[in-house]
Amino acid sequence: MDISLLLKMAADAEPDRVGLTCDGRDWTYGELWGAATGAAAQIAASGVEHVALLDTGSEAAAIALFGAALAGVPYCPLNYRLADVDLGALIVRLEPAYVVGDAARVGTLATDPRNVILDRADFLTAALATQDPDRDAGEGAGIAVQLFTSGTTAAPKAAILRHFNLVSYIIGSVEFGAAEEQDSALVSVPPYHIAGISALMSSIYAMRRILLLPAFDPAEWIGLAQAHRVSNAFLVPTMLSRIVEELDKTDGADLSSLRAIAYGGGKMPIELIGKALDLFPQTAFTNAYGLTETSSTVALLGPDEHRAAQGSADPAIRARLGSVGKPLPSVEIEIRDEAGHALPAGEAGEIYVRGDQVSGEYKERSALIADGWFPTRDAGYLDADGYLFLSGRADDVIVRGGENMSPGEIEDVLLSHPGVADAAAVGIASAEWGEAVGVAIVPKGDIAASDDDLKKLIRDRLRSSRVPERIERVEALPYNEMGKLLRREVKKLFS
Amino acid sequence: MKAGTKLKSAVCDTEVMVIKLGPGSIECGGAPMVEERTGDKGVPDPAFAAGTKMGKRYSDAAASFELLCVKPGAGSLSIDGVACQLKDAKPLPSSD
Repeated sequence: MDISLLLKMAADAEPDRVGLTCDGRDWTYGELWGAATGAAAQIAASGVEHVALLDTGSEAAAIALFGAALAGVPYCPLNYRLADVDLGALIVRLEPAYVVGDAARVGTLATDPRNVILDRADFLTAALATQDPDRDAGEGAGIAVQLFTSGTTAAPKAAILRHFNLVSYIIGSVEFGAAEEQDSALVSVPPYHIAGISALMSSIYAMRRILLLPAFDPAEWIGLAQAHRVSNAFLVPTMLSRIVEELDKTDGADLSSLRAIAYGGGKMPIELIGKALDLFPQTAFTNAYGLTETSSTVALLGPDEHRAAQGSADPAIRARLGSVGKPLPSVEIEIRDEAGHALPAGEAGEIYVRGDQVSGEYKERSALIADGWFPTRDAGYLDADGYLFLSGRADDVIVRGGENMSPGEIEDVLLSHPGVADAAAVGIASAEWGEAVGVAIVPKGDIAASDDDLKKLIRDRLRSSRVPERIERVEALPYNEMGKLLRREVKKLFS
Repeated sequence: MKAGTKLKSAVCDTEVMVIKLGPGSIECGGAPMVEERTGDKGVPDPAFAAGTKMGKRYSDAAASFELLCVKPGAGSLSIDGVACQLKDAKPLPSSD
């Protein structure tokens, strides 16, 4: 079955219930379904190979996603923050394409005369004019979504998610129609990110009204959450950090309606989640770990585990606030060494995942190995109770004289110093060791953190091999818009 | 047939998606389910007429089958003549 089944079920069950609100306009499940069938007719008639979206979040993203599925054409939302030269290179890989969004910009970058390029309003008008609500979801044999990876370490790869992967993920992790009619999810992640796509599918299948905030801003987020009595939200750590800062400046914000906040997409500082747990005592926090190639979440740390960890005197349980939790029931996780052998609990290696939702596939090749396992290139370990801890990308591991060191471990210790606001550890060239540790820190306020202090801290808490050879001080570390640290940029500080 | 296949009841409106597939015949309203309905819809056997509910999962006692109702109907589901049971939902916290 194709992913449009998820919307079709909601539309069949309660056609008149509001499923999505954007810029003050409500869309019922019946209207969304009708528009998706109309979009499918438009897309099918155009004879294109891909449907692309170059737009901020709106109803058009949902309609294009499900419309493309019904037409049997892959949906490829694009990152509108890319520079023209990079964006143009991606668009050319999708042609001939049906492109929705910034028509003027696409017009200057696209080259194929067979393209159909429409701005959001024209797309919606065309879709609404050719509705066919009796249309059925298809077999879903092909590709549902193609996403270009963010390319923090290399050129963007085209990751492929099949209908089977995404449908398996949603029905494996969401109960149909589980939301109450007054529930709503505030969605502020961009539509070109896997979290933006899974937010649409999960909320529609749970029948939880989607409230879109197309461009994240902490004050607007707080305003919308209050005004609409929002019950659920997904945030990346950077967004949560900005909301916490904003709340410090705001008097009398009432966010008591927020029953659940899920977060993921980047490393959550322990200090920040601890502060958020105190600020939102009534809210259930869930940490979700997943990748584009795994159709979003593969492991999660649930609300009770957050509260138990925060309140525990046992350091092992308290440490779980820094964990991404346990695998979903439908997913298996193993830690393996470089030779591909499974490692026991407590030993760090590369994270491998397996399950129906795991595609592990790129347009050019499949990265799946024997028995369907996907090597994520993320490094981490499982503790004795099966909780997964991440320690960065496998490619980020610093190898000093044959010893593997995780940057995350060094960064965590640096962040415990009161004079350090942010920290990144990278491998730097060393004639003696092959690689040595270089760290970039963002000093906090006027609390001094001398090189000697920091080196002593690392030596005392970890071991001497982790002691940085060089320490650079910067005003801010380089992050992408989803809060992912750009390590290749950090490395440049040392070259 | 494989996981992901959609089956229709021969005797009511029920449609299911096969999530897990074991050995045996999948029936609704007492009649084997089909990929494409042909001819007139019959009527459900009164012994299998408790109905199906949208979005609910059903499984057999051995848990070798799991069926997701994607369209409800008047018939109820069975495997080789033995009624399926509604599967308890074990909801996960929302992660998106």
